[in-house]
Amino acid sequence: MNLLFHIGRFISWHGMIFKFPENWRMYYKETVRQMYEIGIGSLMIILVVSLFIGAVTAVQFTYQLQGTMIPSYYIGYIVRDMAIIELAVTFSSIILAGKVGSNIASEIGGMRQKEHIDAMEIMGVNTASYLVMPKIVAGLFVIPVLVSIAAVVSIGGGYFASTYSGAFSHEEFVQGLRSFFQPWNVCMMYIKAFTFAYILTSIAAYQGYFVKGGSIELGQASTRAVVYGIIVILMADYLLAVLLTS
Amino acid sequence: MIRAEKVFKSFSDTKVLKGIDFTFEKGKTNLIIGKSGAGKTVLLKVLVGLFKPTSGQVWYDDEDLCMMSKNELLTLRMKVGMLFQGNALFDSMTVEENIRFPMDMFTRMTAKEKLDQVNYCLERVSMEGINSKFPSEISGGMQKRVGIARAIVLNPKYLFADEPNSGLDPKTAITIDELLLDITKDNQITTIINTHDMNSVMEIGDNICLLHLGKLAWQGNKDEVLDSNNDTLHDFIFASPFLQKLKARALANGPVTN
Repeated sequence: MNLLFHIGRFISWHGMIFKFPENWRMYYKETVRQMYEIGIGSLMIILVVSLFIGAVTAVQFTYQLQGTMIPSYYIGYIVRDMAIIELAVTFSSIILAGKVGSNIASEIGGMRQKEHIDAMEIMGVNTASYLVMPKIVAGLFVIPVLVSIAAVVSIGGGYFASTYSGAFSHEEFVQGLRSFFQPWNVCMMYIKAFTFAYILTSIAAYQGYFVKGGSIELGQASTRAVVYGIIVILMADYLLAVLLTS
Repeated sequence: MIRAEKVFKSFSDTKVLKGIDFTFEKGKTNLIIGKSGAGKTVLLKVLVGLFKPTSGQVWYDDEDLCMMSKNELLTLRMKVGMLFQGNALFDSMTVEENIRFPMDMFTRMTAKEKLDQVNYCLERVSMEGINSKFPSEISGGMQKRVGIARAIVLNPKYLFADEPNSGLDPKTAITIDELLLDITKDNQITTIINTHDMNSVMEIGDNICLLHLGKLAWQGNKDEVLDSNNDTLHDFIFASPFLQKLKARALANGPVTN
């Protein structure tokens, strides 16, 4: 019952978010600020995690392929497709659900508690729109870019782990990278990236916007933003995997 | 003028306001007073439109707040300013950006015009030259003044203040009271102040509404407070032992000592 209430409110709340802005310039400024916060603020962690994810993928598959008849250059192909189809987009989104999601929930929830939202509403500002839409739009622009960077860095991580350990030569890895490439996989990555960006920003904003109580409730809302964000991202990942590969 | 007519407000099973009828007059500092939990903040939020009354009407001059369309409500919002108990200044913005925010959002004024208006408002609250400071860099009293400056930046017809003196020393509290009184008189606006500060009641209470357990227990002005026989009012006003002693001495026409 409670779940249905939240789903209903979440859906109807979108009617308030996507309204004609009172002032485009203010919304644009806020969107640019959010793009900076989400993009530049998350770049370092995305770089580090992607690098190691690619490296670990390469090491694990090297181990799996040892003693098999599969050609060694396949490692480049496996690392590339794992990064593009799944690891870069899902790992990055889960990390961003933690970092950006908790940040969004805390920021909006804090504004609710400090009466900033009431102050804006009395001024006549559509707070659902002004506070949430720029975050969603910024996420939709920036998160696919971060995912693209994550994919490239993951492949780079796989390359370094494979070639510097001496397991494979540069030529073998590059041959694998160039083999069996399907452009649709890149499309799939971006479809997932846009979907996950929407999920993580909107769920986090919802948790912050409707927070009630004090600092304990704000902490709980922030935690819910991360937990629900990750669960819904993984559910959407499964659904998209089924839909996009069938 | 703002008029509350048979205003009821409940939260689940809890009845907070039980049929409030009161007229908040133009050009006067209208005070909502009462003990904690009497329903002052809820009444203020109903008046300003943050809460919808369970039943009853709120009239802004001859317009019913509850029946307004979204556009009418937006037009009304341009005429309303509010000072919050915690100031509600946006932390990430400077003082100037905070005061400029309503103009940035809703007007097509030039940058020069906006700056002039910001400086005028800061001058009005005696806070010139702090444009580039952040709210965290100024004191609580200064934050209140900046909050007032932001509330009056669009020249509102209706000004609301929720506990404007909370957390301030008595001298600063009097300054804030005087400022609100001056703005009310100079601009001939309807000001509604929610307070339980006795100095405010006796200094600026042009029109007082005493709430008790969600009902209107007494109404009058500062000059009528001492002459009233209303027990609820006296329990509230003379709550401290010192003031009770003062009242006893006053009634006996004796000299006032601590």
